[in-house]
Formats: sequence, C-alpha cells, structure tokens
Amino acid sequence: MFTFARANPVAFLALLSLAASSSSLTTALAVMPESSSSPPASASASRATLPSSSSSSSRYLRDVPEGPPDPILGINESYKSCADPRKVNVCVGAYRDARGRPWVLPAVRDAERRLLDDPATNKEYAPIAGDPTFVDLALKFAYGADADVSVIAGMQALSGTGACRVGGHFLSRFVPRPAGRAKVPIYVPDPTWGNHVAIFEECGMDVRRYRYYDAGTNRLNYAGIVEDLTNAPDGSVILLHACAHNPTGCDPTFEQWDAISELIASKGHVAFFDSAYQGFASGDAEADAFALRHFVSRGHNVVLAQSFAKNFGLYGERTGTISVVCSNPEERSAVLSQLKLIARPMYSSPPVHGSNIVRTVLTDKGLTGEYYNNCREMAARIRAMRERLVDVLLEVGSSHDWSHVTEQIGMFAYTGMSSEMCDVLTSEYSIFLTRDGRISLAGLNDDNIEYVARAIHAVTDGKSITS
Amino acid sequence: MTILRPATQALLRRTANRGVLTAAASTVRSRARSVVVSTTSTLTPSRRGFADAAAATTVGNTSPWAHFKMAPPDPIIGLNEAYNSDDFPDKVNVGVGAYRCDQGMPFVLPVVMEAEKAIIAEEMDHEYSGIAGCPDFVNLALKFVYGDDCAALQEGRIAGVQTLSGTGGLRVFGETLATFGHKHIYVPDPTWGNHIPIFKNAGLEVRKYRYYDNDSCSLDFSNLIDDMRAMPEGSCILLHACAHNPTGMDPTVDQWKEISNVAMEKNLLPFFDSAYQGFASGDARKDAAAVRMFVEDGHNIAVVQSFSKNFGLYGQRIGALSVVAADPEEAKRVLSQLKVHIRPSYSNPPRHGARIVTKILSDPEKTNDFVHQCMGMAKRIDGMRYELRQALEDLGSGRSWDHVTSQIGMFAYSGLTKDQVVALREKHHIYCTLDGRISMAGVTSNNVEYIARAIHDVTGGK
Repeated sequence: MFTFARANPVAFLALLSLAASSSSLTTALAVMPESSSSPPASASASRATLPSSSSSSSRYLRDVPEGPPDPILGINESYKSCADPRKVNVCVGAYRDARGRPWVLPAVRDAERRLLDDPATNKEYAPIAGDPTFVDLALKFAYGADADVSVIAGMQALSGTGACRVGGHFLSRFVPRPAGRAKVPIYVPDPTWGNHVAIFEECGMDVRRYRYYDAGTNRLNYAGIVEDLTNAPDGSVILLHACAHNPTGCDPTFEQWDAISELIASKGHVAFFDSAYQGFASGDAEADAFALRHFVSRGHNVVLAQSFAKNFGLYGERTGTISVVCSNPEERSAVLSQLKLIARPMYSSPPVHGSNIVRTVLTDKGLTGEYYNNCREMAARIRAMRERLVDVLLEVGSSHDWSHVTEQIGMFAYTGMSSEMCDVLTSEYSIFLTRDGRISLAGLNDDNIEYVARAIHAVTDGKSITS
Repeated sequence: MTILRPATQALLRRTANRGVLTAAASTVRSRARSVVVSTTSTLTPSRRGFADAAAATTVGNTSPWAHFKMAPPDPIIGLNEAYNSDDFPDKVNVGVGAYRCDQGMPFVLPVVMEAEKAIIAEEMDHEYSGIAGCPDFVNLALKFVYGDDCAALQEGRIAGVQTLSGTGGLRVFGETLATFGHKHIYVPDPTWGNHIPIFKNAGLEVRKYRYYDNDSCSLDFSNLIDDMRAMPEGSCILLHACAHNPTGMDPTVDQWKEISNVAMEKNLLPFFDSAYQGFASGDARKDAAAVRMFVEDGHNIAVVQSFSKNFGLYGQRIGALSVVAADPEEAKRVLSQLKVHIRPSYSNPPRHGARIVTKILSDPEKTNDFVHQCMGMAKRIDGMRYELRQALEDLGSGRSWDHVTSQIGMFAYSGLTKDQVVALREKHHIYCTLDGRISMAGVTSNNVEYIARAIHDVTGGK
C-alpha cells in the first residue's frame, strides 16, 4: 500500500477520501429510519420549543461524520492559517506575479470596465446553454478560427469542473456499456488531477486508470499508455489532458499524440479532452491546441472540457465550456438538447460575469491582442521560475538529475519527491505543496526561490526522487 | 526526413506566423522535425478541416451520438425561445419569472449598479473562493433570512454555503439527503417545474402532497395536513417560504403554525425554498416569517435562498443553502458534507454576484436602498394585479378574478386550461406556461388591456 501511495500519491489521496465518505455512508444507512416503526420521541401535544436533537428528522444529522478535507484546497487552508513568516504557497495552480500576488490580466480589467459602461448590460438569465456568442468564441479559441461550429454541440459550463461533470453525465448516459459492464468505463491518466476521480464517480462511471508517468525515470510512460489503452474494452472513454498535463507536466510528443489517436480510433474509444491550460503551456494558444485539433482532423468525435480559469485568470468566476464534436448539424442539435437536460436540474443556467468578460475580450481585436500578450507574459514568468529552480538546486549542490523538471510543461513542476519528503517540507519549512511532490511554479519568485530550492535540496539529498 | 500530416504542418506554419515562439514550443517543433512519423494507420489519411470530420472514418463509421433523439425543450425556458422567435409586434412574454419595469425592460437595481461600479473600481481579483463560497456573503445571506436576532445563528449552529442560486442549492441538498439515506422527498402539488428533475437527478423519489384546490383557487389546506400526517416519519418536506410558485397561495400565519406542529409530530425535515424574500410582500422580514417560525419552534430546517429575483441578479447565479443543526460541532460536520457534494460538481461558486450582495448587505445605507428598490418592484407587480383584475371585470367576465389580487408574488395562477393557454399563444402571441401561470412581472401598463382582452377571448368571457 505504501509503495502504491508513494508511486501514485494523488490517486491514493483520492481513494482515501472516497473510503472515508463510503464508510460514513454505511454508518448513516444503519441508523436512518425508513418507516415509522416506533413512536417519535418528541410526540406530544406541547407546543413549547423542543430540544432539536430529540427530533428524529435531525437524527441523520447526528450521525453525519466530518467529511474528508479536499486534498488540494485543504492544503490551501492550512497555508492560510500558518503563522510562519517564511511560508510559501506552491499548492494551488493559480498564477501569482513576481511579488506573489494574484494578477488580473490587463485585458480582463479593460473588459470589465467596458462592461460597466455598456448600457445594454444587465443581469438577465443566460440561456441554459449559456451565452451563445461566448460559446462560439470559446469553441473557436479551442478548435481553431476556421472550425466548423455548426457540427459542434457546445454549452457554457462552470469552468473545468462543471464541464467535466456535465461531460461525464452525458457520456455515462449515452455511451454504450461494453459487454458485461454495469457502468461506462472512463480511463484517466495515472496520475491525474485529483478531482477527476470524484467527478466521474459522481457521474456513475467506472473510473479506471491508464499508466501515464514512469516514476522510475520521471518521464512519460508511453509504452504503458499504449498497452493500457489497448487492453481497455473497446468503446471506453479515455480522458486526455490537452496540454500541460496536471500534475506531471509531461505531454506526449507530436508523433506520440498521433499514434495515440490511431490507437484510440482503432479501439473505438471516445476521446475526452480536458483543456485547462491552453495558452499557458507554451505561451502560445494555437500551439497548445495541437493535440485536440489533430484528433478532430483525424475524425474523432471528441468531447472537450474547456476552462478559462487559468489562461484568463478568471478562476473564481467559473467560466468554461463543454462541447461534443458531432457528424452533422442535426446530431449537434440532439446532443445539445441532451446537454441542456443535464444542466437545467443542476444549476439552471451558467453565471455570466466571466463569460461576459471573455466575450468582450475575444470580440475586440485590440483586447484579444492584449490578451495573448498577457498570457505569454504569465507563461514566460513561470518558465523562468522553472529554469531558475533547477539552476539554484544545482548551485546549492544537489546531485540529482532534475532534467525532468526542466522538460516539463505548464504550471507545475512534478519533482519526484515522496509524500514523506513533502510532509517534511511543509512541517519544517512551511512550504505548502501537494503530497505528490507537485509544485505550482507560479508561487515562486525571486524572494523565495532560493529558500525553496535549499529546502528541496535538504529533504532530497542522499535520497531517491525516482521509484 | 519528417512526415508530418498537412494539418500539422499548417498548424506549425500558423504558429510560426504568430510571432516569437517561446522556448518550449520551439523545442516541441524541433522534436517533431527530427522524428519520422509512424505510417501504420487504421484510418484513411486525413483531409484537412472540419468539413472532413463528417466524412472521416472512425471505427464502425458512425459517430457515438448518431442514435440520439432530440430531448424535449424545457417547459419554462423553452418558452422564452419560442417567444424570441415570434415576429408579432405586440407579443407578450409572461413566461419566465424575471422582473420587467413598466417599459417591459429588464431592470437592474440602482443599488446593484452602484455596488458593481465600486467593486470594479476597487480592482478586486478573481481568485477562487472556497468550496463553500465567500464567508462574508454566506454570513450576510443567513442573517437576511434568519434575522440578526436568530438564536441558532448567534450560537453558530447553522451550516451555510454559497450556491448556484436556488437550483444549485436544491441539488446539493438533495444529493446530500440521498447520501445519508433519504429515499424520497415531498413537494407541493403543484410546484416549480424544475424541482422534480432536480431531486430525481439527485437520487430521490419525488412524491407530492396536495396543496392547491383548482376549483376554489385556494389552498387545499385540510388535504395538505392529511397528506402530511400520512408521510413516513423523518421524511423531507419541501415548503415554499413565501410567494408559492406557481400558485401565489401562501398559508396564513395560523396555517403555518399547524404545518409546523404536524411536522414536529411526524418528525419531518422541513426544507424551505426561498426565492422571493422581499419580493413577495415587499417586506423582507415578513416574507421570512415562516422560516423564522420553524426555527423558533425547534425544527432542524434546511433553507435554500435565491438572490435572482429580489436582487435582480438572475444570471449571476447567487444563492445560499443552510442547515440548522443541534450545535456548532454538528454544523461543522454537516458543512463538510455539503462541501463533499459541491467539489465534484463545480468546485467553488462564482464570485461576482456574491460580491455585489456583500457590498450591499454589509452597508446599512445600501441595504436601505435595496429594501426600497425591492419594494418598488413588488409594488409595481401588485399594481398590475389590480389593473389586470379590473380590466377583466370591466370586460364583463363571468368568472371571479379575485385570485389575481389575493395571490402573492411574481405569478398569477390564472386557472386557464391548457387549451386556453395554447390559444393565448397561437392567437394572441401571449406566452405563459401551460399550467396557466402568468408572470405578473411581464405585465405593464402598456399591455395589461391587451392581455385582459386576450384572456377574456380565450375563456369565452365565462
């Protein structure tokens, strides 16, 4: 179990949370009254205020156990309550500027001001599928300016999480189950973003993993990917990170993507892309969209979860899309109608502030140009921190091969540190990271990078960062 | 030598034209150039572009969605779409419950506009709020419904989270109930249409209790009580806090008391849906009376609040869900379980609207402005109720239209039949839901006569 935990810390954490919540379910079920078998304890003619805990309607509340803290957001909470002046937050994947502060993209600020000045702006409900202009622009941002949106069923969603949730329900309802299977299988990379597992389980899918990262070499486990996708039953759903894989930062090469595309097609699998870092990975939004667009050009009916949390810095406004590439406009209509049926009983219609901002930016050439510059700026600072981190590690005498960190792409450095090392980093150095050894590079700056590098050196010196 | 597909080459060319490539991207490009692409393929060579996607082969030659049927349009929102595509110049939208001013235009409360200007001027960031949302917002939202002087609130035993307006709160609590062993929930008959799919999708069986007597156009109170007495102990019962949607019929204070007593006898879990606080009577305190009574009486209620109508924040999706627990420790545990359902649904709620509400409710002067502006909306609607009823009576209608003025809130539950509603739509281009629910917010001094004449026409004046 510890080997598993060490090699798959994020998966282990996710399983831990699930185990905790399912044991709570068992306890709760054991005491929940289903029929009135005995007289209620509080039955009386008295109308005085009764002690609330005597009411059996609240008995279910008494037995509600503490839910597990979220692996990522829980660590964020710990950072906030830490009093150590040296503390460093490299946990949540949110961009920070060189002074460690949140950064609102100038293009976004400009868009917000324009929205205020626009007399036509009101707060009306968006349609269930969201602002159609925004959806159109978002789809073209992902699929390409010349994309044929008349065959893409696209709906505004609550950032990446909301898109994955709607996409998962959609696939769970409509993808045929492989023979003998009760649930639609979805294969997620091992490791993946922790919340993926919980989301797809809530959708009633059978969440499986395909090997992705070789902790022995700190590189992509390409052979593992190929073998596992080959062994998956035909017609499985395969979750792919469009670029800047979270947490490893390891992406397939062009030719590897091409081969994966062929393999997925040959097995009749459904390609489900999660795109949370377009523009952020290389700094170039077009280049970052390669894998998705390649799959579409090869004829895959991809499903795409798109987030504007990172690339537009709109984190808390919950802005994204879910889309499905169809074969013709009629199919698109039918699919869209089904997506709406999932959204309406979940949240009715999406929040408009973030989509108003994205729409304002992408409909204005000047703002769009400004946006691409802002995005490049963020990616460049992160890359500088990536390179500097490795430089300082070597300067302070680390003898490890840190080339994997240099080669990784995106917001995170997947260091290879064990969960024990991470715990020491947190408890002794007040450096808050996820226990899988993932560091959010945006949390580094000139003021803390040497401190962090020295701390990493201290906990890894003489120990292995591979397994 | 590299063999890259044309689409890839085109992509690389476009990438190059975009300007200075970052180091990572050029590394990727040079890697691509140096390796030969495998030519074994089970697909036909691709042709570029989306037009080809339809023709390109996948295994089996059909897309996974080929067998799909069109899902039915939403009964309420689908109406909006039908209205929007109607060319008739005098068309009327009295479908969706969204407030319109007397010119028939959407209305942003002035205090909301000011709050928003202040927020933008302060250059706030867009960081993630916690899973439970903005704590300031949640505290103010709870005070708004439970009252500043609520003992349970002061004792810290109410667990609260920000939610995606009413829908989101209902769904989160429904899922939480299902996780903790509830198999069913009782909703009034009739109720807001979306309640049913929300709870079904949450994993609950939806059962109904009698609520409205169509013949007398009034509350079916004795049957309501009988149905409550027949509910299995511990069942969750959904109650509309005020301005019942769609009927506009609310219990009187005495009737609420009796409902509270029976709920206590049967140990029911009262779950309030509060979408119109401040909007129903114009008085936010009065509109929360039922909720506050139940807390006083000792029930462990749950409440979903929406700020869509009263603050006019519809598209911002702002609401709150709260649960009254036995003590602060229990409240903490309940809160953690609500969060367990939020994280895999949307992670954390949208900030902007919550900031607006916080700006307003944390400032006594702005709160005062809000109270007045909200009351203004409620008063206009009330005025339209009287005008509509008057107009119908002036036309010599043979039936009583008393219910139009005695009903509360945004809607008039007209009593029109399905056929009459269809005739209203097809003949008169007036759009309301098939149950005869008319959104009074869509009635203006310009269209009230037209509407009255149309109703008079489709009912044959009887």
